[in-house]
Amino acid sequence: MSQSLATVAYLGATILFILSLGGLSHPESSRRGNVYGMLGMTIAVAATVFGPHVTAAGLPWIIGAMVVGGSIGVYAARVVKMTQMPELVALMHSLVGLAAMLVGFANYIDPAASAHFAPAEKTIHQVEVYIGILIGAVTFSGSVIAFGKLAGKIGGKPMLLPARHWINLAGLLVVLWFGRDFLHAQSIDAGMTALTVMTVIALLFGIHMVMAIGGADMPVVVSMLNSYSGWAAAATGFMLSNDLLIVTGALVGSSGAILSYIMCRAMNRQFVSVIAGGFGTGGGAAAAGASGEQPAGEVQPISATETAELLREAKSVIIVPGYGMAVAQAQHTVYEITRLLREKGVEVRFGIHPVAGRMPGHMNVLLAEAKVPYDIVLEMDEINADFPATDVAMVIGANDIVNPAAQDDPASPIAGMPVLEVWKARTSIVMKRSMASGYAGVDNPLFYKDNNRMLFGDARKMLEEVLGVLRAG
Amino acid sequence: MPQLIGVPGEVFAGEKRVATVPEVVQKLIGLGFRVAIESGAGAAANFRDEDYRAAGAQIAATAAELWALADVVFKVRAPTSGEIDLMRAGTTLVGFIWPAQNPELLQQLAAKGATVLAMDSVPRISRAQKLDALSSMANIAGYRAVIEAAHHFGRLFTGQITAAGKMPPAKVFVVGAGVAGLAAIGTACGLGAIVRANDTRPEVADQVKSMGGEFVAVDYVEEGAGSGGYARVMSEGFQKAQAAVYAKQASDVDIIITTALIPGRPAPRLISADMVKSMRPGSVIVDMAAEQGGNCELTVPNEVTVAHGVTIIGYTDMPSRLARQSSTLYATNLFRLAEELCKAKDGVVVVDMDDEVIRGTTVVKAGSVTWPPPAPKLAVAPPAPAKAAVAAPKPPAHAAAGAPTSPAITAAIIVLAALAFWFIGANAPAAFLGHFTVFVLACFVGYMVVWNVTPALHTPLMSVTNAISSIIAIGALVQIAPPRGSGLVRPEAWIRWLAVIGIALTTINMFGGFAVTQRMLGMFRK
Repeated sequence: MSQSLATVAYLGATILFILSLGGLSHPESSRRGNVYGMLGMTIAVAATVFGPHVTAAGLPWIIGAMVVGGSIGVYAARVVKMTQMPELVALMHSLVGLAAMLVGFANYIDPAASAHFAPAEKTIHQVEVYIGILIGAVTFSGSVIAFGKLAGKIGGKPMLLPARHWINLAGLLVVLWFGRDFLHAQSIDAGMTALTVMTVIALLFGIHMVMAIGGADMPVVVSMLNSYSGWAAAATGFMLSNDLLIVTGALVGSSGAILSYIMCRAMNRQFVSVIAGGFGTGGGAAAAGASGEQPAGEVQPISATETAELLREAKSVIIVPGYGMAVAQAQHTVYEITRLLREKGVEVRFGIHPVAGRMPGHMNVLLAEAKVPYDIVLEMDEINADFPATDVAMVIGANDIVNPAAQDDPASPIAGMPVLEVWKARTSIVMKRSMASGYAGVDNPLFYKDNNRMLFGDARKMLEEVLGVLRAG
Repeated sequence: MPQLIGVPGEVFAGEKRVATVPEVVQKLIGLGFRVAIESGAGAAANFRDEDYRAAGAQIAATAAELWALADVVFKVRAPTSGEIDLMRAGTTLVGFIWPAQNPELLQQLAAKGATVLAMDSVPRISRAQKLDALSSMANIAGYRAVIEAAHHFGRLFTGQITAAGKMPPAKVFVVGAGVAGLAAIGTACGLGAIVRANDTRPEVADQVKSMGGEFVAVDYVEEGAGSGGYARVMSEGFQKAQAAVYAKQASDVDIIITTALIPGRPAPRLISADMVKSMRPGSVIVDMAAEQGGNCELTVPNEVTVAHGVTIIGYTDMPSRLARQSSTLYATNLFRLAEELCKAKDGVVVVDMDDEVIRGTTVVKAGSVTWPPPAPKLAVAPPAPAKAAVAAPKPPAHAAAGAPTSPAITAAIIVLAALAFWFIGANAPAAFLGHFTVFVLACFVGYMVVWNVTPALHTPLMSVTNAISSIIAIGALVQIAPPRGSGLVRPEAWIRWLAVIGIALTTINMFGGFAVTQRMLGMFRK
């Protein structure tokens, strides 16, 4: 295959990737979008393997690596539980980061890769290698830590080193210093030291950055790492002068950046402050204490039987799921209740907050897995106006996203965060294991409202009891 | 010096109620007030002077003496000009005033330098329910209306089958399901009648059902709730549809009880002479809106008349006909108001115009007319415009969190971008610029495309972009075995192994990412 043919094939792959992302604008076209993505990837890989840059000598190696990697990938995709999606995605980000690092090193130690460059071009190439490895390393170690946090292998609490911003700044300066060394290195071996030091610092920085971010900010972190993996691919593209990599990396990078932005907006927080980390610990608690207004009033508990009665007598019900539903694996029971109520003529809908769960769209995937039709699963902005006309709003394992303090209490740490206004429904029921506060560490005045009832216990067990009563009735 | 609350006897002809009862006198004294009652004021409601005295009140021999003593006067009906003449300057007066209907009365009271609280003007908010005398009176009136109807109705309310034959149950149609209407529905149901009711406000249907009645809907879409939970004037089309429903009911039922009132307007004419004619002889109409002109065309206020064989009751003094009970309730409402007025419990009235309830109730403050008050903040059933008002404050909050940045920041970004572009253009070689162009444009394409992704698919978006980012495999592929060139020495083994591992890692991602996306998307169904 000639160079021109390969270039045209790359162009086709690029278009298919763009169509693939465009297809996700609607569930109906989304499956086609995914097929476009696969097609584009097949074309790109085939055009490379049979293109001018790969000789037949490499084929056995390539096939061997792809068979091993492919089987692991397909196996992982088969067995992963939908509640584990955030972990899987984080893990896959780390693979992209690691691969970018390896490709960067391989490119650097290959004298053929930079032999034909003019001096200015060579400098730029060196910078590209340096940056590519840097981004790859940060993505890799950050994603591994994010995976650990999401999988519960590392505590969700932010780890805050003293003077952590200074540590990061010092790291950056060291990286710049060695970057200068790297550019002036006379031989590959001479540059290797600088490159290795930089890689170690980048890895540490990735770890430190994600360790400092609290569990509630995980959706931002996951989408940010998604963005980084894209930029790593784009940097590799610059390094190899490959437009396909550049375009694809930019697509992925901007996609992740937009998701991060959407998540930040949904929490009414600045991106920088999320990355700076430490939400929902000392700072948050102190702010809550300073506002001095503990919500007054009595919490009114309710039994599963009474909950079932309320649901059965309601005309319209809105269910607000949160991370607690994912933890308790309660989505299937929720679906059974939904189906039963809908058969009885009760209008049941779902209200999804953008940051419910641990990654963007997490709740949607769980509900889809439980076969809840997507046309009754609505976004916060679509459903918020409907709460006053709703009889029962049922909150399953969510806390901060339904906290009225975000609107009422300017001193609250989550003030200004858009929330689902469940308290405007005639009755709201909050299912919770205990009175503990959410990730933001803020007490929730919703629990003390006159029209709110608390159903304490494990979400799945309680919902199964509710389902039992509904079936019996 | 604690103030003295004076309660004169009512002078309005036929009015049997009294503004306080012995039980409440004690509670008022508990607030620090002194209380004086005109001799014989409670007689019509079966409260004797001795009872008041025993509760701690002074007895004033005449009205003149009482008015002269009192700092605060509790009354039921609005004062007559004779009573106003007796009033001391600066007195506080509490009672039913009906400020909209009696503008001259307000002027006269203002001229006296009085402070007047109108029990008919208590705002309809939850906090003020305990002093809502209109509701407590309407409740009694609704009960009494059914009793009056039963009194003039020649049959039993309840259906029975006896040895002497079958007695059909009475059918009652209640027009207007406010407090009085609901009380009437409950009473009539309690007596065993079949009760139907209609109201222009569709949201009261559930309340009708809860009282045991059946809601008769008018099949015409129009929202009938005005502000404060009261009804409002309806369109012509609605009125026509409503008349048809009422005509049908009239020909079917035995008793019609009408309670339809619109604040500040004559009562709507809902029962025409033809409808009366269509009713069976011996039927009864109780027109509880008689005082405001009546809901029935043939009503004569304060009279019981018979037209086309139908008895039409136009009493305007229903609560007064149950004087003992209504006096007790009214007295309690006044006591609750006194509590609001005297929070320090030192027997001194403080009219706090910042308090929403007090502000709404006060129609004359120290000689100046303060009626009408500003609109209530919260309606009992939020009407549609209120919804818009609730929604309105949201956009700014969004804007603060959202995109629009200040012009200064935008300008700064543009300048920085221009500098960056200039720097790149001045220094970078042509080959790099080609790639750079592609990169920047691709960022914009990604930006445009991704904004269209529905939030429900954000997780699949992440997994598919993740799969696509394994395009980095190409970087590894081109390194594994490139065509031999200029004979440079390559560390072959190192590069090969790095590339092989790179390929393996990215293929995990490639296959895994697409497969899991496919699995997820397969679950999204309608």
